Amino acid sequence: MATVYINNQEVTIGDNERLNGIQAAARAGVQIPHYCWHPGLSVVASCRMCLVETGTRNPETGEVSMFPKLVPACQTPAKDGTVFITDSEKVRKARAFVEEALLIDHPIDCPICDKAGECLLQDYHFEHGQPERRADIKPFTSRKRPMGDTVMLFVDRCVMCSRCVRFCREVTGTSELMVVNRGAHEEIDVFPGKPLANKMSGNVVDLCPVGALGDRDFLYEQRVWFLKRHKSVCSSCSTGCSIWAEENQDRIYRLKPRENQHINKWWMCDEGRYGFHYVHDPKRLIGPQHRPAQGGSKGEPQKVEWEQVFNDLPQALAKGGRTAVVLSPFLTVEEAYLLAKYVRSINSEALIAVGHVPVVGTDETFPGGFTIRAEKCPNRRGVEEIAKHFSGPLTSWPDLVSKVAAGAFDTVWVTGSYPHEWVDEAAAQAFAKVPQLIVQDIFPSPLTEQANWLLPAAAFGERPGSYVNHADRLQSFDWVVRPPQGARSEGSVYWRLLGESGLFRPKEVLREVAAEIPYFHLAADPIPELGVDLKLNQLAETAAGPSA
Amino acid sequence: MKPDDPDINWIEEPKLGLAGRMYLPLLLKGLTTTTRHLFSKKVTVSYPDVEPTIQNPLNYRGVHRLNRDEQGRVKCVACFLCATACPAHCIDIIAAESPWPDREKYPQSFTIDELRCIFCGMCEEACPVDAIELTSLYNLTGRSREEMVFDKEKLLSVYDATKDAEPMKSASLGGTK
Repeated sequence: MATVYINNQEVTIGDNERLNGIQAAARAGVQIPHYCWHPGLSVVASCRMCLVETGTRNPETGEVSMFPKLVPACQTPAKDGTVFITDSEKVRKARAFVEEALLIDHPIDCPICDKAGECLLQDYHFEHGQPERRADIKPFTSRKRPMGDTVMLFVDRCVMCSRCVRFCREVTGTSELMVVNRGAHEEIDVFPGKPLANKMSGNVVDLCPVGALGDRDFLYEQRVWFLKRHKSVCSSCSTGCSIWAEENQDRIYRLKPRENQHINKWWMCDEGRYGFHYVHDPKRLIGPQHRPAQGGSKGEPQKVEWEQVFNDLPQALAKGGRTAVVLSPFLTVEEAYLLAKYVRSINSEALIAVGHVPVVGTDETFPGGFTIRAEKCPNRRGVEEIAKHFSGPLTSWPDLVSKVAAGAFDTVWVTGSYPHEWVDEAAAQAFAKVPQLIVQDIFPSPLTEQANWLLPAAAFGERPGSYVNHADRLQSFDWVVRPPQGARSEGSVYWRLLGESGLFRPKEVLREVAAEIPYFHLAADPIPELGVDLKLNQLAETAAGPSA
Repeated sequence: MKPDDPDINWIEEPKLGLAGRMYLPLLLKGLTTTTRHLFSKKVTVSYPDVEPTIQNPLNYRGVHRLNRDEQGRVKCVACFLCATACPAHCIDIIAAESPWPDREKYPQSFTIDELRCIFCGMCEEACPVDAIELTSLYNLTGRSREEMVFDKEKLLSVYDATKDAEPMKSASLGGTK
């Protein structure tokens, strides 16, 4: 154990921890301002904002000998007996000087800068800057140029912290960005003809402490103070990155990574970041439809009210005969469980299968350790375990399609909610002869054209619940925006069909799942913000030996 | 805030004196005020037969206008500060990249719902480039709710109509121009 002294406050640091001054101070609740240092990147100590006084304390005499000059806290290791003074007059003056120097050639165009409101330059200037300006500073319009398809550089707003440059070198390993020129003429740039085009380029916008790098997808869309952020989980691949989803008036404007050392560290990929736009696609299915059977053929689709669905669907299912349920890997654990439970309560023989698992290319791992999975769905593991619990050996989507084509079922309930087209004509043809087809999906497809009951469902951000990622880590999240009028999240539909009272309460369902299914045993407690590893449970079971 | 919050300063109701308890002296005092106003000079005018005179157009809060810069372009830079300050949420802006090289952002659409507006003048105070101003036009009428939602062109036309009578409140502003 090492003891570090922050402004006379004692902080103990574990033996295996290697912290710098900024991190040690954070333990004591002291924030040291910094631009260039980021926990996920190498240390350059170039911004000089984190300058502090430091010294060592003699363990025997207790005497403190201070270092004569200020040192950057990001570069100073917190060792046993290290003393950091962060609030002396000397330190405060140094910070004010840094702020003053940064503002000398800054455009100060905060009113039109997209970063305003979450800008460290603004915040630090307010907290540490001088109250008056000594230079004749006039606002001007910043020069700008695109760095690639996703990122716009506002040249004059930059404070040259080089976080973006280090990100491209250390995390993605693509090294597109660089610093050109020297001294006061330094600028961030790319090589001619080599734009910033890696698959994680959006992260440089989050890393930028000021408004120099703008997200072209979000540029000019909203002021950040109008956005409300919600903890969510990305559904673009089976990595299941922890994210912030930021919305205003039921419209998602941007997604940002949420730090989770177990999954995505500080990053997320562009596919996930910009992959939410389908949620607000005008082609979304709205309002349930029903085709009453006419003789042997399926009739014309008629718009019905949800109340009619809740009244008529249970009877239709009871008369359904041989029944199969397809759990989409976009359903949450709770929704998959409720659907399986509901259909089983009507037909105890019903087959529970797992829906189409979209796979695109191969897994892609970056030098920084981040992986974009080829499996483009968030909850394959979760729905598989639910299906196994109810139906034993797994029935995959291709298996089910061939069974359906062979006429093995009278009633099939298919859930979709895929962001992209997922079912082709051939697969849909197999369902043409099913007497009763119930489809819950968000976009029109060959399959929805066959449906006897078409129930518009929820897209990303519109459902509460839990996803289990590829590594068996379960994360819970709440809804971010409401589904469009006429669509209902799957969970609320099943909740209502099961005759439960009030609003859909996924936490209660998860508690039930944890009690019922051994795989989800650890999900019983309130789920921590960063998720729980369900594998730990399995390891314990294996260690204890197979139970009788 | 709870009743025992230390920030609440509880005070006792002042005790009534003899005059207060007798009731009549205070009644007479009130009646005197009423009578005095009956015979004093009237401050109301019989609108619409008589038009009121605006004492000081600089601080009168009437219909909004969107100012133009020297080149006749809308002065607004679409910073949303007026929409942020607006307590009635009546300003709706859609920002876009400006077509001019010397400007970064401009309002593609700028609408004010004049029916929702409470004419508090906060938008005018918030504006960093003095683009939105309240004029001394007070007779604001319309035949439908839609007509009362003023768009960018209408707000600019209010400027064109009032710029001679009421010059821009801060024409000398530098900044983003």
